[in-house]
Amino acid sequence: MSKIHVTTTVNGDEVEFLADPRETLLDCLRDKLGMTGSKEGCGTGDCGACSVTLDGTLVCSCLVLGVEADGKQVGTIEGVAEGGVLHPLQKKFIEHAALQCGFCTPGILVAAKALLEQNPNPTETEVRYWLAGNLCRCTGYDKIVRAVMDAAADLRGEAA
Amino acid sequence: MRYHSPSTFEDAARIAAAAQGVTRFLAGGTDVLVQLRSGHVLPDDLIDLKKIPGTYDIAQTEDGGWRIGIAVPGAALGAHAGLCKDWPGVVEGMELVGSTQVQGRATLAGNLCNGSPAADSVPGLVAAGATVEITGPEGTRSLPVAEVPVGPGKTALTAGEVISAIVLPPRGDKAGDAYLRFIPRTEMDIAVVGAAVSLRLDGDTIAEARVALGAVAPTVLLVAEAAEAIVGTTLDDSAMDALAAAASAACNPIDDKRGTAAFRIEVAGVMAKRAARIAYDRAKGASA
Repeated sequence: MSKIHVTTTVNGDEVEFLADPRETLLDCLRDKLGMTGSKEGCGTGDCGACSVTLDGTLVCSCLVLGVEADGKQVGTIEGVAEGGVLHPLQKKFIEHAALQCGFCTPGILVAAKALLEQNPNPTETEVRYWLAGNLCRCTGYDKIVRAVMDAAADLRGEAA
Repeated sequence: MRYHSPSTFEDAARIAAAAQGVTRFLAGGTDVLVQLRSGHVLPDDLIDLKKIPGTYDIAQTEDGGWRIGIAVPGAALGAHAGLCKDWPGVVEGMELVGSTQVQGRATLAGNLCNGSPAADSVPGLVAAGATVEITGPEGTRSLPVAEVPVGPGKTALTAGEVISAIVLPPRGDKAGDAYLRFIPRTEMDIAVVGAAVSLRLDGDTIAEARVALGAVAPTVLLVAEAAEAIVGTTLDDSAMDALAAAASAACNPIDDKRGTAAFRIEVAGVMAKRAARIAYDRAKGASA
């Protein structure tokens, strides 16, 4: 099985790896690049724990082959905080205790950030529908939704 | 597994025609990769179509219709103002497929070729009178979307053939379409019944109509009798009852965990009526 040389950009940094064409982008991020923030929950695109952006579009990295990332821009949870400073979403998740085991959290943060970039003022319904593909088995979603709404207000410069 | 990324559909068709084992084309991958990971379908040759120029494009055709590239994901359809204005029913069908993440990848062509009788984007395409452009070893041909599925998981495409574009006809004036599905929740589910209606008005009277049903037979159905029930009417109560009766009569569903055959037959009539009402209101100028 010949491996394919892939050059891609992850969180702004150019990276290279050799991929078996059967390996997913999630496998490549975790096992070849050591970026283990993206999680494998289901491996079938149902749970959203592996959410990343691919050329700015939110996708499940378990449903993308590593070789498909060649020449693309990949955004992962590792790129959400900037220089050790937490993103407002991350701060609000801590403040609202919007996580318990934390396994779904990276995917939810990446997905919520993608939402707020295209819709800075979402309704609660819009947040819930946008995050329908991110499953959490601990918190019951209310704290997550409240944290996203509060972070959105924070990013708009409104006092929550 | 050999991974190919040809730069033309002709090359893609040549690779597929020459392949000896299991072959799959890759667009959004939301079905193909799930089947690969689960071991249900392990391709010997995987042909990624997304390096072919134009596969991400949505372009107006010379006659005023639309040509949609095979890699255009649901999210991009929903973000295209011109397409949403002309064919809101087609777009809303595709947008019901999966989560935000799946919408970032899943395509009309993939939903069609996966061959599910419950595919949410297919009834809207059938009602719209959409066609697909197919490239194969013998050249290019056109086929109505209604004729692509031939059974669960089966299509009319022959070895080496690949869909190279989805083509929607010109919408024209005083026309509207809509798609509705029944699921027992609000999101992230597979249709128990789906119904799409596309129609054109002459004044307040329906001059043309097409009605398509999903998840009530081995393939998506185009129901001529249901369309005939509303053509020449203003969608009054008796026309609505005739539409529901014709839609229910066309069903040939199965009992499964999502719903019984009897339930599907009844709900198909209800969904057809509601979709017809929305399409009618859109034809009169209501925005989607």
